[in-house]
Amino acid sequence: MKKIALANMNALYEAIAKDMNLYVPIDNKASVNYAEWKQGDTPVFDKMTVRSAKDAFFPQCENMSTFSRDDDNRIIIDKIKLTEKDFVVMGIRACDVKAVAVLDKVFLSEPVDTFYKARRDHSILVSLSCSRPEETCFCSTFGIDPAEPKGDVAMYIVGDYAYFNACTDKGEKFLNGVSGLLENANDTDVDAAKAATREIMTKLPLHDVTTDGWGAGVLEEMFNRPEWEELSSSCIGCGTCTYVCPTCQCYDIRDYNGSNGVTRYRCWDSCMKSDFTMMAHGNNRTTQLQRFRQRFMHKLVYSPTNNDGEFSCVGCGRCVAKCPVSMNIVKVIKTMGGKK
Amino acid sequence: MCDNKISTNEALIPHVAKIINVRTQTHDVKTFAVVSSVDGGVMFDHMPGQCAMVSIPGVGEAMFSITSSPTNTAFKEFSVKRCGILTEILHGLEEGDEITVRGPYGKQFPVETDFKGENLLFIAGGIGIAPLRSVINYARANRDNYGQIDVLYGARSSSDLVEYEEMTKEWANDKNFNVHVTIDRAEEGWEGNVGFVPTYLKELAFDNNRTAVICGPPIMIKFVLGGLIEMGFNKTQVYTTLELKMKCGIGKCGRCNIGSKYVCKDGPVFRCDEIDELPNEY
Repeated sequence: MKKIALANMNALYEAIAKDMNLYVPIDNKASVNYAEWKQGDTPVFDKMTVRSAKDAFFPQCENMSTFSRDDDNRIIIDKIKLTEKDFVVMGIRACDVKAVAVLDKVFLSEPVDTFYKARRDHSILVSLSCSRPEETCFCSTFGIDPAEPKGDVAMYIVGDYAYFNACTDKGEKFLNGVSGLLENANDTDVDAAKAATREIMTKLPLHDVTTDGWGAGVLEEMFNRPEWEELSSSCIGCGTCTYVCPTCQCYDIRDYNGSNGVTRYRCWDSCMKSDFTMMAHGNNRTTQLQRFRQRFMHKLVYSPTNNDGEFSCVGCGRCVAKCPVSMNIVKVIKTMGGKK
Repeated sequence: MCDNKISTNEALIPHVAKIINVRTQTHDVKTFAVVSSVDGGVMFDHMPGQCAMVSIPGVGEAMFSITSSPTNTAFKEFSVKRCGILTEILHGLEEGDEITVRGPYGKQFPVETDFKGENLLFIAGGIGIAPLRSVINYARANRDNYGQIDVLYGARSSSDLVEYEEMTKEWANDKNFNVHVTIDRAEEGWEGNVGFVPTYLKELAFDNNRTAVICGPPIMIKFVLGGLIEMGFNKTQVYTTLELKMKCGIGKCGRCNIGSKYVCKDGPVFRCDEIDELPNEY
């Protein structure tokens, strides 16, 4: 384990940003979100970011190709250059680190999504051990230990120091690159802080939520449950839950027809939206109940069915905090199962 | 069932394709033959039942079944019914115009496995003949691999029949190959059968010693499947295709997700007993 005095962190950011892009949680006065670190920025590590780190790998909007026409009206396709520069995302909590693993299963399975893969190949995840879990947190429901995050390097902020432990070869290499700024530390230096976090977790209001009743192979009984009607009745289909969700990966592909040709881009979309499944000849999910059910069935039943039991919820609690009508996945889990 | 790996590392970037022929099938269906604009080839290999994303840049992109058989190595064909923004503009295109195509996507009909050695019964309604035509012509090109072939095809009127000439002049002349055509309502000059496809199916009273493949409007599929079950067919002998909204074609954008399946990569071809395991949302 290595450490650096918090007072010297700026030197570390400088060293990283010299060769790579560095993304850290920044308070921009409106919200705390990941942004590229610039000289003078002070990262905010003690608050949950409004949006997860998924933007770093799967941006809200990204261009995929451009189309133009030559004088004979023939189509010319120009590909968008894939990410080539290494970048570091620092401060990702354990839930969001797990969410990246969930996204990997989607985007890196055959046929591989090249845009996503380029970003993953060039990324270094410096995770952050939680010291202040929030009352909306329920990562432990999904077997995540917020005190011991994974990623390429795990970071612990304890007292006046930030501690670092490499978790992968990539992380080891990264720490070696900045070793001049780091001093040696003992693994046990962060033990008390980890224990304190785990203690907080047991006192949080959602600590006793379990996934009992959910998982692979329960499609039929869960799909037809009458509770969906009441649960979905308040949903206004705004899609906020999907945008703040670190594992939601549905997207749209659209063409922007501008004066310099056509840009084909993709952007986040939401299965909660009424036109998500609309075809020229009809729509297979016409009610909000169907769309609401689709989102939760996907996270709690379909994903585990396809991924060896892995849920595509990590208990980050963002949807719990942000839903304008206070409906959320915890209520869904608990209404139809999920309690000891 | 089939290797749906995409060999290029750019699953979402299309090929530029040139339209080399447009056949007007009906008042709202045209069949476009396309080749690569780069080398005049077929762009990629496919198997019957697989689909491709067809696009006019700036207008949109949508999934269409590849109606030509893989045994046609000169070009690929798409039969397109005019029913939305993209298809409306596609219908205005002519020979020499360019579009983009990417694919192939999805699973094929099991023409080299489960279908082999079987008698085949194809049942289609309207534009539903498009995906089946690929299988039918594949089976005709590999005739010894299959037994008796019957095609039951129906449309609203005689002017809505797609590939009518090919099925009556070419398919019907093959050995051990029968074509049964029906239209919904009687018309002057029409000497063939009149009546809905499910009704005609019962009248034709096929034995259940065959594999059935259905494609058409959902309501037709429902009644045809019911009819086949009554006739003694098991759901494991019946195949159909599902159609849901698609954007990526590679099982990631989430639109065609139904149950734990993605129609673009786990379908569009499903055996009817597999469909029973999906939620009733198609």
